[in-house]
Amino acid sequence: MTDKDTARANRWKRFSEWDERPLRLDKFAVEDADNGFAAFTSRHDPAPSLALSSNAVASMDGIAAPDFDMIDWFIARYHIDLEIAPEAMGLPPLDVARMLVDMNVPRQELVRLARGMTPARLAEIVAHLSSLEIAFAYSKMRARKTPGNQAHVTNAKDDPLQMAADAATAVAFGFDEIETTMRVARNSWSNAVACAVGSAVGRWGTLFQCSSEEAEELKIGMAGFTSYAETVSVYGTEKSFIDGDDTPWSKAFLASAYASRGIKMRCTSGAGSELLMGHHEKKSLLYLEARCLCLQRAMGVQGTQNGGIDGAPVTCTVPGGMRELMAENLIAVWLDLECASGNDARPTESEIRVGAKILPFLIAGSDLICSGFGSILKYDNSFNASLLNGEELEDYLVLQRDFEADGGLTPVEELRILDLRSRAVDALSAVLEELGLGEPTPDMKQSVVMASGSDDTRSYAPRDVTLISEAINARGITIVDVIKALDARGFRAEAENLLKLVRLRVSGDYLQTSALVRNGRVLSAINDPNDYLGPGTGYRLSEARRDEIVAIRDCLTRDDVLRAEAIHKPSEAKRISYRTMGPAHSGSDAGEVVIGLSPAFGNTLFRTVAGHPLSAVLRELVSGIAHGGAKARIVRMHHTADTSFLGLSAARLAGSGVGIGIQAKGTAVIHQKDRLPHNNLELFSNSPITRLEHYHRMGANAAAYARGDLPEPIVVPTRGEALGARYHARVSLIYAIETGMTVDDGAPEEVEITFLEVAR
Amino acid sequence: MSAPKLTVADYPLAENRPELVKGKRGKGLDEITLDAVLVGQITLEDLSITKGALHQQAEIARDAGRSTLAQNFERAADLVDVPQETIMRIYELLRPGRASSKDDLLAAALDLEKTYGAIAMAAFVTEAAEVYERRGLFRRRY
Repeated sequence: MTDKDTARANRWKRFSEWDERPLRLDKFAVEDADNGFAAFTSRHDPAPSLALSSNAVASMDGIAAPDFDMIDWFIARYHIDLEIAPEAMGLPPLDVARMLVDMNVPRQELVRLARGMTPARLAEIVAHLSSLEIAFAYSKMRARKTPGNQAHVTNAKDDPLQMAADAATAVAFGFDEIETTMRVARNSWSNAVACAVGSAVGRWGTLFQCSSEEAEELKIGMAGFTSYAETVSVYGTEKSFIDGDDTPWSKAFLASAYASRGIKMRCTSGAGSELLMGHHEKKSLLYLEARCLCLQRAMGVQGTQNGGIDGAPVTCTVPGGMRELMAENLIAVWLDLECASGNDARPTESEIRVGAKILPFLIAGSDLICSGFGSILKYDNSFNASLLNGEELEDYLVLQRDFEADGGLTPVEELRILDLRSRAVDALSAVLEELGLGEPTPDMKQSVVMASGSDDTRSYAPRDVTLISEAINARGITIVDVIKALDARGFRAEAENLLKLVRLRVSGDYLQTSALVRNGRVLSAINDPNDYLGPGTGYRLSEARRDEIVAIRDCLTRDDVLRAEAIHKPSEAKRISYRTMGPAHSGSDAGEVVIGLSPAFGNTLFRTVAGHPLSAVLRELVSGIAHGGAKARIVRMHHTADTSFLGLSAARLAGSGVGIGIQAKGTAVIHQKDRLPHNNLELFSNSPITRLEHYHRMGANAAAYARGDLPEPIVVPTRGEALGARYHARVSLIYAIETGMTVDDGAPEEVEITFLEVAR
Repeated sequence: MSAPKLTVADYPLAENRPELVKGKRGKGLDEITLDAVLVGQITLEDLSITKGALHQQAEIARDAGRSTLAQNFERAADLVDVPQETIMRIYELLRPGRASSKDDLLAAALDLEKTYGAIAMAAFVTEAAEVYERRGLFRRRY
């Protein structure tokens, strides 16, 4: 019978408030290995073991060879290096865990040992590491030295114009790879052409993939539009594999098929997939993932997209889930695989959990930190929202700057983005027209250039796109046709860029582990190996790269502050005049309150941080003092700019012994002549939220103290804003201007003020 | 095959050993220009990887200590001349429940070996046939 309000009265109100936070949209699961909900260990996980017969594995992780399922079989046949295995399996696991975080043990040595270790042993060893140790070991063990990043480029309408504009935008922000997929499967060819053209705008070298049905994806690759593939999924239990409609052999065959067409390829695996598919065999997430990763090395793929991926959200429901995702990534790089380290499917609604999830990867670096980062808005992401999305891209840029960490991205100026988006839309329109696929109107194009997401566009709808896509496929249009079309319409730079990308296939250099293209060069684990051996080694930000990363928009300088202040000088001159009347005297009138102005007040600086004209602030202080029955005397201080000392100096000049100190930024204090400097009567430190009425009441309270009364102190209400974050850069610059104007032993001066008009 | 094996020092081939890099019709990287594409001298075929390139990359991968990656490149070299339809047909056959018996896969392996000289890949498909039989993967799934 209790209604809602009564029920709420029975609980601490904070719980009701917590219920309303985004975090509580996340659902958590109790640890329960029997039902697959265990991150690191399950009593059903096998004890690590390996027995060899002549030239073969006799048993592995507690299973005899005749009982091997096809995953065991493949791992035993292709992953286990029989020469290294006895040594590697003979090492105490804790010793190997320590080697992983020992900067003096080279990566190569650990990579060698991993070839002789079983999945259960690899999982056992990384489980010894704390989250911090895993992140450190990851940084040391990842294959390529230079970190990179991957973007999703998709939209809710499959609109090719927007696809091209967003691809060019992602390329400008520095993504090394872009991945697209469709709302409507048949639109794959249109997506492929649009992203290929868009990614060729501005620079060349961004690798591109179009995630679609296996046969279709390979066909699109053969037509030259895509340069890599990563949706070749593998699983850690045989039943999941079969339900996924594949086997290790079919996937390995596909891997070779991609290489045979000169297309870079990685597999995908991640914790939680077996759990989601209902065949977890009661094993821990990490153990199953260790199987997946050994299998991938066995298949001979150069890399993996790994770290939960679509299973990340379910993995993050269990205790240690995020640590597990890091641990499986560590196994991936330890096995010498390129790692596109997840951080994609959004595992939480909590922005704090998002930030916590990304940080270890941002500071450790990764071949591809996200696989992918949603470069578009959440609702436009056809893979579903990512950990980080278009909405949060600037947050990520700032994190790079905060930690001086290379997250693979670079801030881009607004005008440059607009140029690139226009160019991409024009280039794709030219291709569509030239190939007789469509004739976008100026309105369609303009709406796309300016659009943040597909809600803002007046462009192609999914059905229009299907017609374009099917025509591309039916007519057998290839990258060569697109290159010719671009050139025919004057987009020579883009034609060149596309050609350079396809030409990579001829040498196959970019098929090697962890390959990407930077500044026109293939960079991989072979010619850019991670050589970390402690401070001063491994990846370090170059000065030039640091300059790029720190150049976020809207950073404040001293000149900006002075320029902004100077704008207000003329209007203030119309409202108030300050006349210097010579050295200030000590007053004897018990009814006077002295207001001590800071050195720059009203002559160099003209507004408080809250934006009040200083003339208005003074008017309120003076009228407040009068309202309280005292009279104000104004004195300019030269020896200090500090609020406390301004106030105390003013108080000691006042006949009443009570003074107000005020800085140009609006910070003020009521002081009394016999008190210690920082032990004042009332302090108004939150100048950004101090209103004019507060200054009036401050004056009135000062008058009350002068009379010997004890007034109610004035409380400036705060709602917990991060005022320091909002104002401290400006405040510090302003204050430095004030302190720069102080003169040692400078004597206070009497100031006569005249209000010239009503300040607003 | 008598030439000395390539090593990581030769990588990237396009930069360090450009004379070794040729397209399917023998075109070198310096011949693959936009102007050549525009006049039709360069086609998609010239922009494809060759068996030779995959074997070269296999040598480099092996020198870098990545023997399984090298084996993949070698199997890939076997598939370079296999038509797309055949590739997709064998891939389909390797999926669970597609082949009705070991014989289907063995026939595919024989085709790879006899028609395309794809010895490594033929052995791989044969191996799959053995394991599939043991694990009961020839059961129809739909």
